[in-house]
Amino acid sequence: MNPVNYLYLAALLFAIGASGVLIRRNVIVLFMCIELMLNACNLALVTFSRMHGNLDGQIVAFFTMVVAAAEVVVGLAIIVSLFRSRHSASVDDASLMKL
Amino acid sequence: MNALAAATTTSTGEAVQFWVLGIVAVIGALSTVLLKKAVHSALSLAGTMIILAVFYLANGAYFLGVVQVIVYTGAIMMLFLFVVMLVGVTAEDSLKETLKGQRWLAAGCSLGFGILLIAGIGNASLSTFNGLGAANARHGGNVEGLANLIFTKYVFAFEITGALLITASVGAMVLTHRERTERAKNQRELAEQRVREGKHLPPLPAPGVYARHNAVDIPGLLPDGTPSELTVMQTLRKRGQIRDVSQESLADLKALEQRSGERLGREDADAVTRGAGPASAAENSEAAQ
Amino acid sequence: MENLIALLVAAPLLGAAVLLCGGRRLDKTGHWLGTALAAASFVVGLILFTDMLGKGAEDRALHQHLFSWIPVEGFQADIAFQLDQLSMTFVLLITGVGTLIHIYSIGYMEHDERRRRFFGYLNLFLAAMLILVIADNYLLLYFGWEGVGLASFLLIGFWQHKPTAATAAKKAFLVNRVGDMGLSIAIMLMFTTFGTFAFGPVLESAGETSQGKLTAIGLMLLLAACGKSAQVPLQSWLGDAMEGPTPVSALIHAATMVTAGVYLIVRSGAIFNAAPDAQLVVVIVGAVTLIFGAIVGCAKDDIKKALAGSTMSQIGYMILAAGLGPIGYIFAIMHLVTHGFFKAGLFLGAGSVMHGMNDEVDMRKYGGLRKYMPVTFITFGLGYLAIIGFPGLSGFFSKDKIIEAAFAKGGTEGWILGSVALLGAAITAFYMTRVMLMTFFGEKRWQPDAEGHEPHPHESPRSMTIPMIVLAFGSVFAGGFFAIGDRFVNWLEPVTGYDHGHSPLSAATVTGATVVALVVGVGIAWAMYGRKPVPVVAPRGSVLTRAARRDLLQDDFNHVVLVRGGEHLTRSLVYVDHSLVDGVVNGTAASVGGLSGRMRKLQNGYARTYAVSMFGGAAVVIAATLLMRAV
Repeated sequence: MNPVNYLYLAALLFAIGASGVLIRRNVIVLFMCIELMLNACNLALVTFSRMHGNLDGQIVAFFTMVVAAAEVVVGLAIIVSLFRSRHSASVDDASLMKL
Repeated sequence: MNALAAATTTSTGEAVQFWVLGIVAVIGALSTVLLKKAVHSALSLAGTMIILAVFYLANGAYFLGVVQVIVYTGAIMMLFLFVVMLVGVTAEDSLKETLKGQRWLAAGCSLGFGILLIAGIGNASLSTFNGLGAANARHGGNVEGLANLIFTKYVFAFEITGALLITASVGAMVLTHRERTERAKNQRELAEQRVREGKHLPPLPAPGVYARHNAVDIPGLLPDGTPSELTVMQTLRKRGQIRDVSQESLADLKALEQRSGERLGREDADAVTRGAGPASAAENSEAAQ
Repeated sequence: MENLIALLVAAPLLGAAVLLCGGRRLDKTGHWLGTALAAASFVVGLILFTDMLGKGAEDRALHQHLFSWIPVEGFQADIAFQLDQLSMTFVLLITGVGTLIHIYSIGYMEHDERRRRFFGYLNLFLAAMLILVIADNYLLLYFGWEGVGLASFLLIGFWQHKPTAATAAKKAFLVNRVGDMGLSIAIMLMFTTFGTFAFGPVLESAGETSQGKLTAIGLMLLLAACGKSAQVPLQSWLGDAMEGPTPVSALIHAATMVTAGVYLIVRSGAIFNAAPDAQLVVVIVGAVTLIFGAIVGCAKDDIKKALAGSTMSQIGYMILAAGLGPIGYIFAIMHLVTHGFFKAGLFLGAGSVMHGMNDEVDMRKYGGLRKYMPVTFITFGLGYLAIIGFPGLSGFFSKDKIIEAAFAKGGTEGWILGSVALLGAAITAFYMTRVMLMTFFGEKRWQPDAEGHEPHPHESPRSMTIPMIVLAFGSVFAGGFFAIGDRFVNWLEPVTGYDHGHSPLSAATVTGATVVALVVGVGIAWAMYGRKPVPVVAPRGSVLTRAARRDLLQDDFNHVVLVRGGEHLTRSLVYVDHSLVDGVVNGTAASVGGLSGRMRKLQNGYARTYAVSMFGGAAVVIAATLLMRAV
């Protein structure tokens, strides 16, 4: 098997995650799909690291994880406060950008 | 895994592992997207992430593989589950689309995007794989190699990421913590408010109580026999898990009358209820289980 | 000496400011102040004149630079004066005649409660007119040009309670705007051509510039002159301008302001010399106006309007002479000066007659006034003899010279122009004799006015008769003084240049022809108005007479061609504006609005919709990248 298959898998997972972001209305699930996309990226980075034979790809993946952790913390906090004020976890309810 | 070094093909073991786990990972991702309940999605995602951790290990990223398990599956997914519990389960879980054309657009975009990505990867000349053996060995192992990079080449990024983490934790506290700025209402004030609003003065009615099961999910019946949703707790109402027993109780009543009729030897009552008898018995037995 | 030049302007300007801002407390003394300041200006003029006479012909021109008005890189507008022989002539005429008319007005306007304001306006006019003639660049000249236009507007409409006066003032102002536009365009053309508008550089380099540009500048200057000097086709305002007080008609609309066009053309002689086409147009305009004004003058029964027609005709002579080039410049100015004397005198005489006749202006209701107003009769009579060119009087010398110059132009052109000028002389004799006979001779034809007051003709007060007497002296002797020994020619030659030309006729022949024309004109007039009594109600008259009474249909022409044409043009422009311009604008607005309305639906506020577009965009970027790599 060619290790390129990992990249195909990553692309597939990324597309699935993206479609989840677009389709799901529950903001928590939507957020999970974002995490899925990030993980797909990480897989690609790790594969590239192996491909090029140096560790920089892994470093970037590592930073992605850290940033994702921070993002999750803040995002979930936002979800909680959003739920408190609107009693809803639907992204479509937060459509105040429209007049 | 050093055997992978400088090879365009992997060992058969890794290939088998890839095909098996890869399929599972895709299934997990799909169920994350498609399962109705947030808890199920979270669990599927956790599974996918663990499989990804295995793939990291297979790719020679030992440190990341472990971190993936600990941080993602351990910490982040647990955080998700906590929030799911906090927010509760609501009707928004339904997969029914409300935006016109959104599903088609989303499908089109995702498909197009995926095809383009895969085509791009297929087009790229990715024939040679150097493998990580040399890189890992240079500083005495994968962890040491990463540490060397983080504290030399990427030290500024590392520091900034640390600052970002602290900021994020402070931000999370600021966002979720709510200082109470006014005195809590006492019982009298709440009662007065209820009278003022005039919506529902007495305490909410209790659910219908039947000794045969939990009964919290069974609404109490109004005098005309229709169930009252007010009697069921909000979460169950939102989940749509109210058990409607109005027909059931009517059937029970019929069965009771039939039995008492049999006992009392009323012929006509027997003739009238004979058709409904077996069905009621079946429902009874089901309810009893 | 140069510093005195500004004083010429400053005196009347001060008078205008004091009189117009001073308020009621100056009502008793204001007219004396105005007159004194006009006289002061005249005295300054005389001092400068004597100083100038003491110098050689070549260094008589004085320059005074007051300050830089608009000093910009490449654009230098100065307030600077230039006093040469030509300007000096005008200064003396303006301040001299102006002072006399100030004195006259003291008596004439005695019973007008707004006399102070009248003198303020007169002083303002003097200041503006002096700026016009002593400016050393075209921009300052334009300033004075507009200033006299303003003063003219204010003075024509001085009796603004009369709707006719208000309308006449507006008409004069509007018609003058057309000419002013010509002058401003001419100045702009000068600036683009020469890079400056000071007289010196412009006139010196006029010979080296392309003829097309010079012709354009010349025609624009001619347009300006037509507006200010009431020449065809912008002549229609002068007749109506007689609605103003008679001293105004005498000073502004006979002696000075209306001659500003002649000054402009003579001053710009270098440009016209180098542009024969423009010069030809000038000559044609002059000749046409000469006959036009004379015909109008023949038919009018209103004494002032008859004189106004005469003014138009006489200025036609001047323009004709100015269009002849160096042959005629000097005689144009000479006729201008003598005309200033006798026409001012005639107007003052007419004013005196009106003063004695309850402001009646219809000559058919005069008659036999010579016994009642002897001084007026004599002075008016001398003015009359001067204007018809009676041998020995002013008009004879100046007009005769112009006719000679017209013949001297040479060729067919010379013959035509000379004949027209001779014909004009005959008609002049006719209409002036008619005025004279109808006013001072024949039977009394007075009628009580609307309130039943029988007029009691009487001689005017001394403040009015003295200026008339002085002007009569000028009318009699000025021409001879100028002509004998070629004094005037020698005086102006350094400024305007002089050329004898080659007359096909001898001077004596021309003079003889002029005298014959004069006799014929007077004879016909005597036959028509002297031998028979003049009817009080005007007879119907021939087609020409009726047309001439209506100013040869000039107003009807203007109405049909300009007013109607303008209205149609405006209407079509409005239509184009509404349908085409607004259509484009509104259509654009509507399409933008409609498009926005549709685009607005894209902005539905749902984060997921935005995510789709973002994701789609990312897909497009990837597609583009792959495509570029593939290519």
